[in-house]
Amino acid sequence: MDGNPRVKKPDLTKIKTFLLGSRTNYGMVFTVLLYALLLAIGFVYLYPLLFMLVTSMKSPTDLLNPMVQWVPTTLYLGNYEKALRVLDYSNTLVSSILVSVLPSLITAAVCSLVGYGLARYRFAGKNIIFALILATFIIPAQNTVIPQMLMYKDLGLLGNILALILPALFGQGYRSAIFILIFYQTFLSFPKVLEEAARLDGASDLRIFFQVALPAAAPAFIISIIFSTVWYWNETYLTSIFLEGGIQTLPMQLGKFTQAYENLYPPGMVNIFDRLNEAVKLAGTFLNILPLLVMYFLLQKWFVESVDRSGITGE
Amino acid sequence: MTERKPFRFKGIGLRTRENLYGYGFVSLWIIGFVIFTMVPLVQTFFFSLNQVTVTATGIDLRQVQWDNYSRALVTDPTFVGLLIEYVIETLVSVPIAIIFSLIIALFLNMNFKFKGFFRTIFFLPVVITSGPVIQELTAQGATSIPGVANLGAITEFLSTLPSYLSNPVEYLLTSFIQILWFSGVQILIYLSSLQKIDKSLYEAASIDGASAWESFWKITLPSLSTTTIINAAYTIITLSHFSENKVIKYIYNQTYAVQGGIGYAGAMSFLYFFALLLLLAVTFLVLSPRREKRR
Repeated sequence: MDGNPRVKKPDLTKIKTFLLGSRTNYGMVFTVLLYALLLAIGFVYLYPLLFMLVTSMKSPTDLLNPMVQWVPTTLYLGNYEKALRVLDYSNTLVSSILVSVLPSLITAAVCSLVGYGLARYRFAGKNIIFALILATFIIPAQNTVIPQMLMYKDLGLLGNILALILPALFGQGYRSAIFILIFYQTFLSFPKVLEEAARLDGASDLRIFFQVALPAAAPAFIISIIFSTVWYWNETYLTSIFLEGGIQTLPMQLGKFTQAYENLYPPGMVNIFDRLNEAVKLAGTFLNILPLLVMYFLLQKWFVESVDRSGITGE
Repeated sequence: MTERKPFRFKGIGLRTRENLYGYGFVSLWIIGFVIFTMVPLVQTFFFSLNQVTVTATGIDLRQVQWDNYSRALVTDPTFVGLLIEYVIETLVSVPIAIIFSLIIALFLNMNFKFKGFFRTIFFLPVVITSGPVIQELTAQGATSIPGVANLGAITEFLSTLPSYLSNPVEYLLTSFIQILWFSGVQILIYLSSLQKIDKSLYEAASIDGASAWESFWKITLPSLSTTTIINAAYTIITLSHFSENKVIKYIYNQTYAVQGGIGYAGAMSFLYFFALLLLLAVTFLVLSPRREKRR
């Protein structure tokens, strides 16, 4: 008998496992492929941000120089100085925070109430209410916005933050349907035992809701408040209709950046280097998303964990 | 459940009690729905059947029947074009958003080093996709695939195609990253339903000799069919509600235009809504029966 093949065979399988993987690990080929793909997709995702960051730091001479692509010759922050002034940053930042945080806190509170009612009680017409909740998510804003605006005008609420808070208070805030479904799903997944026990001890339904159900729904609250804040922050259609003339948010101000810039630096009055260029615009754009980026990086661990725990699938 | 006696309301039965409390919890929402959604919706529809002029004292209505609708569909040269463009762009974007979010969710569901780092990157777009930001980035050319959109060969090739073919391709090249950026929430939804698939299914399959590839097609994909429909619907709806959407911008501008007005804008809003519902219905039909056959 020839001993050689017997010795070689295990070697070959070893190499094969190393390259193609076994049941327990993915193998070399797959791992390399995986990281290559992840990096490629990651780059595609980050490209606009990198582009924005780099361009916003280019001085006017760098912008005109075709040799300067990704590395500006000097660290130039003049664009940011201008963008801060044009955006009226300190004022718009504060109002943006108010306009996004307040309605989202209210939205989360109200949606938890509605979600709990749907998850824990059997009542006639529940399916119709579900259908209507979905409908509020589908109906485009412009189908309802004009009568709403006229209503706020009659009430004198145009340009007032109440124009965003009132709908939120009645569960009609921006994308409330999603948060109702998140809370519904969360409460549905809880075992009923604790609540039944509390009921046997004589607790009222509202007390059960506040003291037994709500504390356990903390992940759902975190995710709802984060998402709602982000969506309110980025929303410009409703805010520009309801708040125009009263409150200026950052995205609203970014929307008319050119106009605002030319008010501060009239094109005929300033020298060519102070004209509006894409670097200043992108500096403004970056300042616009900077608070959200800060929030995201501070909260991201929390955010991802609560996504895992609350399991947001709106089935 | 039914044997248990209600504690507080001795006079009424359990069923009535549940009804009462259920509606109690939901009542805020119902009131809000009537005030902020239903009444405005009916009012907009009413406006769309009228010529609406805003005067100093209030609004002036003149009945015009369906004139606003026929004007949008027949007379207005811009609206129908924009509507068709919107439908095509949505149909192009949805499969891309779905496939990419599925791939990324599958990646993030595996175990590998630096997972947290990549996760942070892929969820980033959820945070920053707002109308003006996207608009600025698109205007500066930051959302096209680097280099590809400007390659001479490709633009040359596109110019030889008829416009109904070249427009979607061009849209794809210039807004590819934008489409990806719209898939953050979809990744989350896929990820959470991937985590809900029973692990013992995969174990059983691998004991029976199934490869990872086979388990993916036979276990993972079929379990995700409902999720895919949800994600497709979500993608369509977010794209359709996006404030930089050309149709929405046109309707918004027409609301305040001299020739347009609230009535005309209302009619276009309803036509747009109808197109959106049609898209949703088509997606639903395409995605659901095929899954049934595969099973």
